[in-house]
Amino acid sequence: MFKFPKIALTLTLCLTSLTVFSQSTKYPGVGRDATAKEVAAWDIDVRPDFKGLPAGSGSVAKGQDVWEAKCAQCHGIFGESNEVFSPLIGGTTAQDIKTGRVANLTRADFPGRTTIMKVATVSTLWDYINRAMPWTNPKTLTTEEVYAVTGFLLNLAGIVPDDFVLSNKNMAEVQKRMPNRNGMTTAHAMWPGKEFGNASKPDTQNVICMKDCVPEPKVASFLPDFARNSHGNLSEQNRTVGQQKGADTTRAEGSSTKSNATSNGSTTADATATATAAASAAAAKPAESKSDNKAVLALLSKNVCTTCHGIDKKIVGPGFNEIAKKYPGKVDYLAGKIKAGGAGVWGAIPMPAQNISETDSKIIANWLATGAPK
Amino acid sequence: MKEHLNASGRVIKAPENFLTPSDVKTVFVEGKQGRRDFIRRAFTAASTVTAAGVAAVSAPSAWAQGNPIPSEGGDPHILNLPEHATGLGQGVATDGYGKPSKFETNLQRRQSPGLTQTTQASVSFAPLQSLFGIVTPSGLHFERHHQGWWDIDPSKHRFMINGMVKSAKVLTMDEIMRLPSVSRFHFIECGANTAVDWGNVAVPTVQYTHGMLSCSEFTGVPLITLLELAGADLKNGKFVLAEGGDGSSMTRTIPMSLITSGEVLVAYGQNGEMLRPENGYPLRLVVPGVQGVSWVKYLRRVEVGDQPYAAKDEAIHYIDLQPNGLHRQYASIQECKSVVTTPSGGQVLLDKGFYNITGLAWSGKGKIKRVDVSTDGGRNWRQARLETPVLSKALSRFNLDWIWDGKPAIIQSRAQDETGYVQPMYKQLRDVRGTRSIYHNNAIQSWLVQENGEVKNVQVS
Repeated sequence: MFKFPKIALTLTLCLTSLTVFSQSTKYPGVGRDATAKEVAAWDIDVRPDFKGLPAGSGSVAKGQDVWEAKCAQCHGIFGESNEVFSPLIGGTTAQDIKTGRVANLTRADFPGRTTIMKVATVSTLWDYINRAMPWTNPKTLTTEEVYAVTGFLLNLAGIVPDDFVLSNKNMAEVQKRMPNRNGMTTAHAMWPGKEFGNASKPDTQNVICMKDCVPEPKVASFLPDFARNSHGNLSEQNRTVGQQKGADTTRAEGSSTKSNATSNGSTTADATATATAAASAAAAKPAESKSDNKAVLALLSKNVCTTCHGIDKKIVGPGFNEIAKKYPGKVDYLAGKIKAGGAGVWGAIPMPAQNISETDSKIIANWLATGAPK
Repeated sequence: MKEHLNASGRVIKAPENFLTPSDVKTVFVEGKQGRRDFIRRAFTAASTVTAAGVAAVSAPSAWAQGNPIPSEGGDPHILNLPEHATGLGQGVATDGYGKPSKFETNLQRRQSPGLTQTTQASVSFAPLQSLFGIVTPSGLHFERHHQGWWDIDPSKHRFMINGMVKSAKVLTMDEIMRLPSVSRFHFIECGANTAVDWGNVAVPTVQYTHGMLSCSEFTGVPLITLLELAGADLKNGKFVLAEGGDGSSMTRTIPMSLITSGEVLVAYGQNGEMLRPENGYPLRLVVPGVQGVSWVKYLRRVEVGDQPYAAKDEAIHYIDLQPNGLHRQYASIQECKSVVTTPSGGQVLLDKGFYNITGLAWSGKGKIKRVDVSTDGGRNWRQARLETPVLSKALSRFNLDWIWDGKPAIIQSRAQDETGYVQPMYKQLRDVRGTRSIYHNNAIQSWLVQENGEVKNVQVS
């Protein structure tokens, strides 16, 4: 079953034993030899030459089942969803599979970059899914499921046919069809070693110039006015003591100074007074007693509910407001659904069972049943 | 009113308590509607109130800086002794782990709205606009998590060394902390810092443009010590894979040459205490000069190998798209960069006169050699003072005296490191790398100081 990695390991040991090992004896009593079982439990990485890939296989068909049960709620039925993470599939062509370069990557106008457009090595896809997916329960897929899901994604991208069974025996063949397999370069000076024989000269050559260095500069890019408060009130994001204050971005910018800036500074003073007063007013505003709702919102975030459900909008699943409207007062029903998951009520994408405590699911259910107040 | 303005020096201040709390509310409402006459009237009326010597109730801290020559008597903050001068203060160990002053709550690490859909695969930015010196307070250190953070029991954490070694080893935290340790200051910067500004201005303040940057004193064991303990093949083992023990199990390829130099640390300490959970407690890799993603948190394993690993975060993410459609892979060094933190975007200068322009400079290739500052958008430059300490692959603080004449000014900083490399202008960077690289934007930053004193994030041509 696990012949391949064992052979590779033996081979490695043979080769390396010819060379000089420097084992320090300076620190007696510190550390111990790892057991083979321990190494096997943790040494899960798969290299581009497939060192570390466990023997096994999985079909595209099986992959589709696993996908719809465990992956689609975040990534979309076709790996196309942009709701939670960047899309996985799309943007590659049959021609790309021939050339090994994704043509759309040369287009500045092409919207976004999917995983399959970028990744050059099929080992990376396998390793990624195996170590880190599903996002909320990483390392819970079986080896067969990892092969199957990897194969399903490759099928969605047109790299392997519908009846394909991906295995450790044909991964190298699949590698030859990866759409962006020739799309990486190490010809740059930003690797901190010589291991790639890469360039050592930086790619920009600015020089120290002190006088009349550039023509009169013009402002070419700035934030539009409507984005002024997009990051919250900046006056509350700067220290209140010091040589500067933060701008009160809840107000239109210095309406005072634009038209009639004068040299005696009176307009600046007015602007200052206004800004300061407004900032204080905002700070002094009594905090509304929303602590209970806040605790629920924190629970929703902690349990990653908000990844799929918006407070007042549909994301992958229905908005909390929609659920609240549909099931007023039904605490037990909702608590059960939260824990067990479900399918078909709100659309095609199922909600998986959630690893959440009884208490937390009750709190959330109660909040939903009482109208999901913000 | 006018005499206040002329006498008050640097900052034009409002007199204390010229508005009651209810007036303040009205100002806020009226101000929103643009009725500025109201504030003028209130301001004029305030002189009378101040002259009458109305006692301080609870002056908003922003006003407490007003420093006019008093029209009568003197500043009530001098004349009327405050409670803290006439009463008994609090006792020792009121708080077993002290916190910042309650007046400092504006300093928070913050998310950039709309950047990510989840908080577990996300970023929070350090408030560079309000920090001093070179050390980032551990609680304000920027965060980047791929699958959430954990607070791991150190008694259950293990560290494994395997691959091209004589014998694979397992160490406990106790054992790692028995080994000879070093403490070094280093910056950590996410490769995607300043990513949103590659094409144009996208965010308002230095917190969001440059805040995926922090600097700490890290304490730990040089990785080379641990590799030697396991008998690593340092000749053929050209690469080391570092792997995290959390859900994302971050994996990154580290060049052996950087490890044999002794620079790479297996660290447990940060600013005199243990690492914070958000920063990898109890164990993380420190790879000086290299982007933060390689500083693997919750470090559980290193593997010595003879080939690079093309891990998920070096073959799908953290690859730099070039105009020709190729991605630069294994681009890891954070090249020389600097930024002015005051005056910076979202701040307001309250009056003309003297200011201390201050900022940070750093290089993944060594020490900062010099920093120049321009206040005219890059035409003319003056050399800034580099404050001590100036350490290799750490943040360096620079300062420059500046008298603002009240006219628009575009402030930039330009750093040079000890290799002679000079931080590039946006045009130079884009000419080579285009605007879709996402990672490794180290261009010169511009801040526009407007006549009204408000500072904006801008890019110049």
